[in-house]
This record gives sequence, C-alpha cells and structure tokens, in this order.
Amino acid sequence: MRFDTATGMNRTGIGLSPIDAKELIEAASRTSPPPGGPEAADVVRASYAADAEVLGSMPPPTTLRGAGAAAVEMLKGERLPAFTDKLGERLAFERTGTRIYEAILAKSMDAQDEPRVADIDELRRFHDQERQHFDLLREAVIKLGGDPTAVTPSADVAAVASTGIVQVVSDPRTTVAQCLSALLITELADHDGWTLLARLADDLGYDELAASFRQALAEEAHHLARVRAWVTGATLAEAEPGRTASESG
Amino acid sequence: MALDVWKNRGVPLDRQRFDWRDLVRTPFSKLDDDAFSRVRVILMNGIEAEASRFSHACARMNKPLQLQLARVRRVEQHQQTMVNWMLPPDQSPLETTIAYEQVAIEVTASIALHEPDPYMKQTYNFGLLEDFDHLYRYSALLDRLEGKDSNNILQSYTDIVPGRPTILHHRAPEDDLREPYDRKTAHPVTKLNALTIMAGEHQTHDYYMNVGPTFADPVARMLYAEIASVEEQHVTQYESIIDPYESWLEKWLLHEASEVYNYYSCMQQEKNARLKDIWTRFVDYELGHLHYVGDLMRVVEKRDPEELVPAEMPEPIGYESHRAYVREVLANEVGVRAIGTIYTEGAESEATIAYRERMNAQGSPSEIVAAGYVWAPGGELAHDGAASGGGGRPSVPSTERRAP
Repeated sequence: MRFDTATGMNRTGIGLSPIDAKELIEAASRTSPPPGGPEAADVVRASYAADAEVLGSMPPPTTLRGAGAAAVEMLKGERLPAFTDKLGERLAFERTGTRIYEAILAKSMDAQDEPRVADIDELRRFHDQERQHFDLLREAVIKLGGDPTAVTPSADVAAVASTGIVQVVSDPRTTVAQCLSALLITELADHDGWTLLARLADDLGYDELAASFRQALAEEAHHLARVRAWVTGATLAEAEPGRTASESG
Repeated sequence: MALDVWKNRGVPLDRQRFDWRDLVRTPFSKLDDDAFSRVRVILMNGIEAEASRFSHACARMNKPLQLQLARVRRVEQHQQTMVNWMLPPDQSPLETTIAYEQVAIEVTASIALHEPDPYMKQTYNFGLLEDFDHLYRYSALLDRLEGKDSNNILQSYTDIVPGRPTILHHRAPEDDLREPYDRKTAHPVTKLNALTIMAGEHQTHDYYMNVGPTFADPVARMLYAEIASVEEQHVTQYESIIDPYESWLEKWLLHEASEVYNYYSCMQQEKNARLKDIWTRFVDYELGHLHYVGDLMRVVEKRDPEELVPAEMPEPIGYESHRAYVREVLANEVGVRAIGTIYTEGAESEATIAYRERMNAQGSPSEIVAAGYVWAPGGELAHDGAASGGGGRPSVPSTERRAP
C-alpha cells in the first residue's frame, strides 16, 4: 500500500538539526540588514507597473461576419472582445483540463498499490465531458467570427496559473490522491468560469449559447462535487485507516 | 584503498554507452535527500558543462583533435544529462538558485581549506564572501516573493546572513583579473581546484542568465540581472588564475583529471544509493577519458601525462558544513578589495568606483530585495515580534482531543 503521509527522513525542517539550527539562528539574530523594509521593493514594482505594457491583445475577427458582429456590438455599447476573451480562456482551460484528466486516468489505472480513491469510469466520463466542452467552445468562437487557435489575454493568464497543476499530475512520484487535490483547484476555477460564461452569454442575448453553457455548467458542478468528495474521502481514509475511501466518496 | 588513476584504466571510451531511459532517471527527493546530495548534483552538472564548453572551444581551434574531442564530448553530453536530470521537478528555479549558492559557498570553502598556494586561497576567500552574500539576497527574495524558507533547501548547513554586500561586488574588468598559477611549478591540487571552481561559477552564471527572465516580478528580474553580472566577474576572475600557456592537450588532460577527482569525491561521500551508482559509474568513465587523452598526449606531444597528473588524487572535496571557516573568513576578510591583481585592505581603483556608481545609479536590486531582512526559521513572518499585519497575535487554540 502506498501512502501519501508515511513518516520518513524529511530533512526540510529545522528541528532535524538542533546543533546547526542553534548556530544558524544565533548568526541570523546578529544580522545588520540593509536599511528599510519590504516597501523598498514596492517602489521598484510600482515604477515597473507604471511603465508596463499589457500581456497582449485580443486577436482581430477573422471573418467578415466576425467583423460585422463586433461593429454591431460596438454600436450597442457592448464589447464583444470581453466575451470572446473569456471564451478563449475557457477553451484553453478545457483543452488543458482534458490533458489533466488523461494524466490522472493513466495514473489511476497504473496505481495498483494505492487505495482506490476515485472511480475510473467517472474519471473517464469527466474527461470526455471536458473534451466536449472544448469542442463546444471552439464552435462558439468560430461562429462568432473569432479564431479558436489564438491565445487571448485571459487564456494566457489561466495557462500561467495552471502550470503548477500540470507539474503535479505529470510527476510520476505523485499519488492519485495528491493529483486529485490539484484537480480540485482546476474544477473550482472551471465551475466559476462556466458560471461567468453562461451569465455573459445570457446578458449579451446569445440564448442558445447560454443554454449550452448552462448544460456545461451543470456537468462541471457535478465534476466539482465528485472531485471534492474524492479528496475528502482520500484524506479521511489516510487519517482514519479503518475507513475506506469508497465509504466517504 | 586509494584510487591510482594511472593503474586503473576505467571503462574504455567505446564501451561507454547510454539509452534514453538510462539517461532520464527518477530524481532525488527535494524533501528527504541530504542537501549535499543536491550540492553534488549541481556541482557535477557544472563540471560536465565545463567539459563541453572547453571541448567545443578546443575543437574550433584544433582541426586534428576534432574527432577525438567529438567522441569524448558525446559521452560527456550524456553524463551531464544523467546528472542534471536528477534534479527534482518540484524544486523551483529560485529554490535551485539557493542550492547553487550553497554549492558556491561550501565547495569554495572546502577548496580554500585545501589550497596550498596562499594567493589562490585568498582568491577563493574573496569570491566566497560574495557568493555568501548572494545567498542572503536570494533568501530574502524567496521568502518575500514566494513565501518560502531557504533553509528548507540549505538544511541548516549554511548561515543566511550578509557577506560582502553585493552592492560592492561591481568592479571594473581590470580589477577582476588575477595572476595565474605557473603550470610548471603549481601543485596538481591547485590546478584541479581552479578548474573545479571555474566550472562551478560558469554554470552558475549561465543558470542565472537562463532563469532570470522566467520570473514575472521586476525585483526578481533585477536581482538575477545584478547577480548574474557578478557571476560573470567571478568567471573572469577564476579563468584568469589558470595558466593560459598550458597546451590545448594539457588543458584537456587536466579537465579529465578534474572530472575523475570530482566524481571520486562524490562517490566517497554519497548516501543516496541511486546517486552513488551514477558517481561510481562515471569515475570509471572519466578514467577511460583520462587514459584516452593521456594516450593522445603521448603520441601528439610526446609527453608523459603522468608527469602532469599524479597517480593518487588529492584529498576529496569535503561535502559538509564549513560554517566555522566561512565565519572566520567573513570576520577577517570582508573588507578586502582588489586593484588589478592585488588584494587590498579596502582601497579600490577609480575605474571600479566609477563603474559601480554608474551601475547602481538607479538603485541596487540586492539592497532593495533585502531591505530590513533578517532570516528566521520558517521565514521572516515567523520571526518573534515581526509585524503581524495589524491583527495582533491570535490566541493559540487548545489541541486537546475530545473524549471519544
């Protein structure tokens, strides 16, 4: 059985080296640091912020229809790019999410020596739904005259924020339970992302899109509930070995 | 039994083989392995990076040696890969930076302790106090940017306090050059020491140049820019202590000897069995390279390589805390400066002062990042009496368990 929390030779804490620690702390207590405090760095950061450019721009519409729609929206005092930026974000997020599920599925199927903390069939279904959501968004962007291959500013931000999650699930040393904790972050963000997208589509009057997005949101809400339950179950099973993960999941 | 490098021919070059799965192994544990295992991995990556750098420079200027250089270099490429890929992916670039500075401090201290030439020893001490200060500055960055404690990486072996302040490291190029050892009279350990430190510092420079722009934070980007510049000065310093009149083959032979010496030092002290396997295998590979180059030297230069490299390797690098030595050097030599190749008690050249003023004209990143910074176990936020964000200290809840 492979546990996440077996006690071993973790050397990161200071308590492991009491003699060295005493020396280290005494030396640090005699430090004469440069004058000032952390606010010195804030001044530099503010100066860079004043000069900063943006991460990037929204790509221009790639079809006449897209250009026309943008012009109409402008006349109505609405900004289509704010919507398509968020569509681009979800699109990129679902594509990465599909890959995250693939990694966790593979790990779950390989993890013979770990307690079963997530249902493989459900993981597979969630993976397929992430993929369908990606397809749905691709179609939506195309229909709105945008380019689904472009990276929008919000998509870029979300991708940077997700890099740690990909690192966790692709590391052969992590357990399924550890990966599920990372997945929970993804699902929490995904749930709120779809909530926002459905609301935006609704507000802008894209009724059919809004309906599809609400359907996706319902599926994401289910993903979130299940992943949450798996994480709770796996942790309780670890804390109370008499209890199995499936009981709490 | 001590290793006799001329009696033991190691593994012949044509039997030094790899495959991709062999090259890419399970990394060591950031949490559980000893900090000195990480130190050895980083140093040996630097040693192999230098092997590659030297080999390419040599090939560009020596047509007749190109084939032999290419053969050895291909193996060294894969040695470097196997070694460097032992770094774990959960170790962030800034955490790895902390480890690079620990390498610079502990390895330089060990080398300074073993160095018979007083001028060389002074040079190592001079550089040591600068890398020691870099550790303090990067620790402040790690704590204040990522909310992490650098001692998680250092494992209490190395002090986290200022050394010679980084703001003072910036010198005019002419004040970074040193006198070289004499190839005819220098002790062999002096040559191996110089190559080891030069290799370590060069990879540190290259690492900072590569990871610096991956940071979003402008203060981090500035700090890497500043310290990378100092590391460039260190490379200038350490390459100048090596006799430039050694022949190309002599230099190649010494590189291979330094690789044998360093892998052998690692092998003797490694506790992680998987790393020890790598060090042991590569001692044999490097012996193969040493003999390959030694044989070339006999044919091409009609010289006996055994006159240049002693059969018995010097005392190994000490992979242990050098706290007492570092503190002594800090107490006695923090005020040392350099004019040209001469060390002074504080005097500096006009060129250095002008250069430094210009570089620091809009502020000093290393001063800014560490303003008011005092390391404490768990980071400065855990420091007694530290600002608690205005809320005061919370009352500590009881950890008594409810009766079942």
